[in-house]
Amino acid sequence: MLFSKKGILLPLIACLLALVQCESNPYREGERLYKMNCANCHLDDGAGLGALIPPLAGADYLAAHRERLPCILKYGLKDTIVVNGTVYAEAMPGVQTLSAIQIANILNYINTNWGNNLPPYRLDEVRALLEDCE
Amino acid sequence: MRILYFLFLAVLFACNQPSGPRTLPILGERDVVNGDTIYPAVPDFSFVDQDGQVVTNALFADKIYVVDFFFIHCPTICPKVKANGLRIYEKYKNDDRIMLLSHSIDVKNDTVAALKRHADKLGIESRRWRMVTGDHDAIYDIADDYFSVAVENPDAPGGFDHSGRLILVDKNRHVRSFCDGTDAEDVDRFMLDIDALLDEQFGRSK
Ligand code: HEC
Repeated sequence: MLFSKKGILLPLIACLLALVQCESNPYREGERLYKMNCANCHLDDGAGLGALIPPLAGADYLAAHRERLPCILKYGLKDTIVVNGTVYAEAMPGVQTLSAIQIANILNYINTNWGNNLPPYRLDEVRALLEDCE
Repeated sequence: MRILYFLFLAVLFACNQPSGPRTLPILGERDVVNGDTIYPAVPDFSFVDQDGQVVTNALFADKIYVVDFFFIHCPTICPKVKANGLRIYEKYKNDDRIMLLSHSIDVKNDTVAALKRHADKLGIESRRWRMVTGDHDAIYDIADDYFSVAVENPDAPGGFDHSGRLILVDKNRHVRSFCDGTDAEDVDRFMLDIDALLDEQFGRSK
């Protein structure tokens, strides 16, 4: 009973499903970089924290400031901004070591997760935007 | 095959541990003096909170409380620890038997006014969650008593090294449990410890 066919088959199927699940996330590198550089503040689920750290999940800021985001990731932000109706006036440090490819990967991970459904960034687009950061 | 079978039984029993009332251990090195066991206890302290009120042990005389160490401009683990602290706050915010106590280790920048602003932006009530500052050495010393790490280190991100631990203290000033405040699952386990301690110290039914 213990080692019946069913007993082995079910976990096998579960494993396969899990594998397929992972493979269907196209921005794994973006996810890894996000967890390493951003999740401490914006949290793993992109929820942010009170009026201290703005959310990325469902944030209206992402679409409204699409051209600004690559520079924010690289050079940080110290401004007063409004995200989903809440005012944020803290500082975010940038990560200057990020390359254009890495920035594109992170942004595309954000744009397609936690219910976000925004068009992906192209690499040449990110490169061009990084040319004229303030 | 026999070994496998035993292994299986062992796992089965491990899963079936009775889940009745648990008693949390008292953490730390104990001394035996004249046949009496002396447990380590949190010493007297006096700090100032986000409202400018003095906070001493007296505030927690008949309560259990959850402690952490943080600083406002912390670029690393603090928001995660705060987010998990908020989960604990939300779960027990109508429970008078428990409070939270966060110590700032950046005594220069985290003034009473800065702590107030921080607490307001987190959306917490001081009745339940105190954020304190105070004498530099007193804060760093008491971190030791809570088995927590707090060190000034110019090479660390933001200038401070500290552990993101959440520490559970009983109403007799003994440390009874802790968890990694950046790890949501460990915090789930920690909240079960909180429930067990509430039962132990205040009786089962509420
Ligand atoms: C130390 C904490 C911290 C870290 C680390 C951090 N951020 Fe931020 N982030 C903030 C804060 C605070 C703001 C708001 C800044 C302001 O008010 O000027 C912000 C704003 C933003 C915004 C614009 C507002 C919004 O929510 O849409 C985006 C996008 C963003 N961050 C993405 C990232 C990404 C991607 C990373 C990792 C590369 C990252 N952040 C790392 C704290 C942080």
